[in-house]
Amino acid sequence: MRPETLRDGTVDVAVVGAGPAGLAAAAVALLGGLTVALVDAGQELGGQFWRRPPEGSAVDPGDDLHHDLATYRSLAGTVRSAARDGRCRLLPGHHVWTAVAPPATAPGERPQGPLPLHLLDRSSGPGRERTLRLDARHVVLATGAYDRPLPFPGWDLPGVYTAGGLQALLKGGGVRAGSRVVVGGTGPFLLPVATGLAARGASVVVCEANDPRRWACGAGAALGLPGKLVEGAGYAAALVRHRVPVLLRHAVTAAHGTDRVEAVTISRLDASGGIVPGSDRRVEADAVGTGWGFVPQLDLAVTLGADLVASWDGNRVVRVDEWQRTSVPGLSAAGEVCGVGGAQLAVREGQLAAEGVLRDLGRPSVTGERGLARVRGAVARHRRFAAAMAHAHPVPEGWTAWVDDATTVCRCEEVCAGQVRRAVADGAVGVRQVKQLTRAGMGWCQGRMCAPAVAGLAGPGEGEVAERLVATPVPLGALARGNGSPPHTLSRPAPEEKV
Amino acid sequence: MTSFRLDGRPVPFVPGQTLGAALVAAGRTSWRTTRNEGRPRGIFCGIGVCFDCLLTVDGVPDQRACQVLATEDLEVGTQEGERRAP
Amino acid sequence: MRVVVVGAGIVGASCALAAARAGCEVVVLDRGQVGAGTTSRGEGNVLVSDKEPGPELDLALVSRTVWGRWAEELGADALEFEPKGGVVVATAAEALTPLGELVAGQEAAGVVAHAAGPDDLRGLEPHLAPDLPGGYHYPQDAQVQPVLAAATILAAAVRLGARHRPATEVVGARRSTDGALQAVLCADGSEVAADAVVNAAGTWGGQVGERLGAPVPVLPRKGYVLVTQPVPALVHHKVYSADYVANVAASTEGLETSCVVESTRGGTILIGASRERVGFDPAMEPSTVALLAAQAVRLFPVLERVQLMRVYRGFRPYCPDHLPVVGPDPRVPGVLHACGHEGAGVGLAPATGELVAAHLTGADPVATLGIDPRPFLPDRLLTGAGDATRTEDLT
Ligand SMILES: Cc1cc2nc3c(=O)[nH]c(=O)nc-3n(C[C@H](O)[C@H](O)[C@H](O)COP(=O)(O)OP(=O)(O)OC[C@H]3O[C@@H](n4cnc5c(N)ncnc54)[C@H](O)[C@@H]3O)c2cc1C
Ligand SMILES: Cc1cc2nc3c(=O)[nH]c(=O)nc-3n(C[C@H](O)[C@H](O)[C@H](O)COP(=O)(O)OP(=O)(O)OC[C@H]3O[C@@H](n4cnc5c(N)ncnc54)[C@H](O)[C@@H]3O)c2cc1C
Ligand code: FES
Repeated sequence: MRPETLRDGTVDVAVVGAGPAGLAAAAVALLGGLTVALVDAGQELGGQFWRRPPEGSAVDPGDDLHHDLATYRSLAGTVRSAARDGRCRLLPGHHVWTAVAPPATAPGERPQGPLPLHLLDRSSGPGRERTLRLDARHVVLATGAYDRPLPFPGWDLPGVYTAGGLQALLKGGGVRAGSRVVVGGTGPFLLPVATGLAARGASVVVCEANDPRRWACGAGAALGLPGKLVEGAGYAAALVRHRVPVLLRHAVTAAHGTDRVEAVTISRLDASGGIVPGSDRRVEADAVGTGWGFVPQLDLAVTLGADLVASWDGNRVVRVDEWQRTSVPGLSAAGEVCGVGGAQLAVREGQLAAEGVLRDLGRPSVTGERGLARVRGAVARHRRFAAAMAHAHPVPEGWTAWVDDATTVCRCEEVCAGQVRRAVADGAVGVRQVKQLTRAGMGWCQGRMCAPAVAGLAGPGEGEVAERLVATPVPLGALARGNGSPPHTLSRPAPEEKV
Repeated sequence: MTSFRLDGRPVPFVPGQTLGAALVAAGRTSWRTTRNEGRPRGIFCGIGVCFDCLLTVDGVPDQRACQVLATEDLEVGTQEGERRAP
Repeated sequence: MRVVVVGAGIVGASCALAAARAGCEVVVLDRGQVGAGTTSRGEGNVLVSDKEPGPELDLALVSRTVWGRWAEELGADALEFEPKGGVVVATAAEALTPLGELVAGQEAAGVVAHAAGPDDLRGLEPHLAPDLPGGYHYPQDAQVQPVLAAATILAAAVRLGARHRPATEVVGARRSTDGALQAVLCADGSEVAADAVVNAAGTWGGQVGERLGAPVPVLPRKGYVLVTQPVPALVHHKVYSADYVANVAASTEGLETSCVVESTRGGTILIGASRERVGFDPAMEPSTVALLAAQAVRLFPVLERVQLMRVYRGFRPYCPDHLPVVGPDPRVPGVLHACGHEGAGVGLAPATGELVAAHLTGADPVATLGIDPRPFLPDRLLTGAGDATRTEDLT
């Protein structure tokens, strides 16, 4: 079935990602009178922060998990009603597998013609995927982030999840992954994960690798953001209420079990992140969450050639101007791809991105002069807060000492730390060369899960951010069918079917 | 209660859950083994990024359990080592 | 003799090993790491099957022999050398006749090829589409893992006394008043004393040549390799379609590419382009990826549900006449070129190394290697002083 077509086939704005940033961008662009396509690989609107069971589902994860649902309802409502009157095309279950920036006629100049996005439509289910092209005059990338895990012995046992994975099971499926849960790593995100599980009867222990006194340094930045403090105080109260111990300067340094996790080793860390001798403690657990912050999902941004910069947490992120415009004409970015700072920052950046497009098209602002000033103020405060948080929650330098040579680093290709270390000892430099010599990062996830670990063991090397021209696996058959020409002649690629 | 089948045996689910969520809720933590060492794997990232959670859905191999919504009577299969030769 | 090799790709590594074995004092300089250039951006096919009779095929045959010898000396595993053979199939009966003519010429040059009917094809490759009319089996076709091979070969040269300096960019050369080469100049201000310098800078050979006072026209041509998810062994040889032959014979405009399909040790299937010709190389074009996918599925319908995991692209270094440039530059003493191998640099690297060593030591390559050096000399590309086409800027 072909999706219905907008009048001339090309939309004003295509928004990739329907999380807080993408939803806000789409809603503001629609309020400004533009036509919009909102594409998300997932089935539902909301992204990670507002992950919810599908509309009309019987799953009830409970209300305590979500914040700011009023904002969600208003943004999603705008988008859905525009979808009903044909100004917005909602494309859930569609993954943008690649995108091509048309060559600019001159450096910095707006290229001729629209920006084509190449979509893999998975909405009809396994085995029925197809490829499509979506042309847009402007694109807003709001592809978010994924967890940054670090390896430890046993981290590949079933029952060990990323912290976000535990949260996704709970928010999206109403599923508590275990009854005795240890959540370890660093950062404020561990707390909602812990309280959500504890509120559903799990006994939970949190291992925070850093020290709370560093939080205090960041509190100044938080003062401008009462909401954040309330949210934080809420978690603190919930932790007390559910008797969740938060062990500071502690880490999960091993998981034990044969076919699934049965226990973990918790260790106290010294100032540089090394294990304090004799501090190991074995704790029974049937689920483990591990998370060391987030890594922005930059695949499309890199493929499109957008400039990157270093963010407050050491991540590379998309460089944007005051209207969230990237270095590529016609391409904006918002949310975690521009720096990991939480949902409220993401919403405001999405808003600014859409306002920027309206401005470029000579349309009046939706938010208004005063409103924009408030948004910018909030963006600045949230970024300061995020920077303070990142400063207080670094990945401890000594983590590589927890990883013995037999520990799997690349889960897909099953490359262990010893192999990576040997390659480095033989002169390999950086993630890319280690990959070529050991296969670490060559498997299904394309290094998304192991690159932070390999970078820690081998140094980041040149070209710090991997180029992934294919953002998600695509069945060859779907590509071949998209090729259009009858398979026997194969002489010339026919244009793909247009959305 | 609604259910799909994993290797022929029923797994209950609440409509709206993914295959992965339903399996974890049913106490099942792994349904795939790795290619080289035969290690068990299930959900890890939960959001479609890690590809640990692969299984076969109605005969189509290498589908992510955390992304496919459970539906009544779906035939789901565990995957041994790498996907079975077609 | 003190020899500086510029470039630690597969070609530079091979030159270093051959020169070190010939008794030269070798220093290998690369602005990056081993194999980080085009060597890490392509495939590792060592093919004789895809070459028309001529100097390139002659070089490829010698090179295939040297690859076999190096695999014995350095360890097949350390190169991931696999003499798996190639299978070229016709997707239409009309292609069989021109393919047969090509094979006859190749056999005369020393290529081994066996005709394969539909049943033989099924025996060689059980998953091939059942309706293919026939083709040829080329047992000499082989493959290596290019980066691993470059690293192993360079390490062997280092064991013989060669020195390797990564992260060192070459910016020029110092000469005495009479023009003799004295040293190679590096971006960090250092100098490496040299009697000869080998320009093995691949796609950047034009630029490095210019910096050494000996510009050669080496141009970039973009190419893609598709990598699938890991699957069980579905494809046993290097398999590609012979449609290009039919197209050449019919001299149609339509010819652009034919894909090579093969399995790797890691379990992935690589789909690359063979015999790609004019007009085939746009920017990252999903339509190109789709075309290669369609060709692969046409050969192996079983790939229909196999998922594309990654695409990588590189810039093949080519000279206007599509032959590599190997040998001393006639304009300035002490500069030898070894670049411009286009889509066959991995296959041709060992013979190139041996040829460069012969040039360095004054040995006769016809007698020692069975290679006629003349078709590869830079002279053919030069019509006057310093007139070689400037390399396009690569980003
Ligand atoms: C697993 C996980 C759980 C989290 N849970 C919480 C939480 O409970 N509370 C909290 O405060 N923060 C949470 N976070 C942090 C979260 O990143 C931010 O709170 C917020 O969701 C960021 O908003 P965003 O719009 O930038 O990105 P996201 O919300 O991540 O949205 C990005 C969207 O883009 C889509 N996408 C990505 N690439 C493509 C593509 N190529 N084609 C199509 N669609 C694509 C994704 O499917 C996703 O829906 C979580 C993060 C992760 C990774
Ligand atoms: C998609 C694709 C598929 C391919 N498939 C095959 C195949 O199957 N079989 C095959 O035989 N060939 C194949 N090729 C071609 C092959 O990859 C190249 O011919 C070969 O790698 C060239 O090797 P090289 O050593 O000459 O160049 P490179 O590997 O590029 O090495 C040149 C080196 O020079 C260095 N350098 C450049 N400038 C300087 C400077 N100023 N100072 C110091 N160092 C410098 C660079 O850093 C680089 O490392 C393919 C190519 C592509 C793009
Ligand atoms: S759990 Fe990571 S992809 Fe499904």
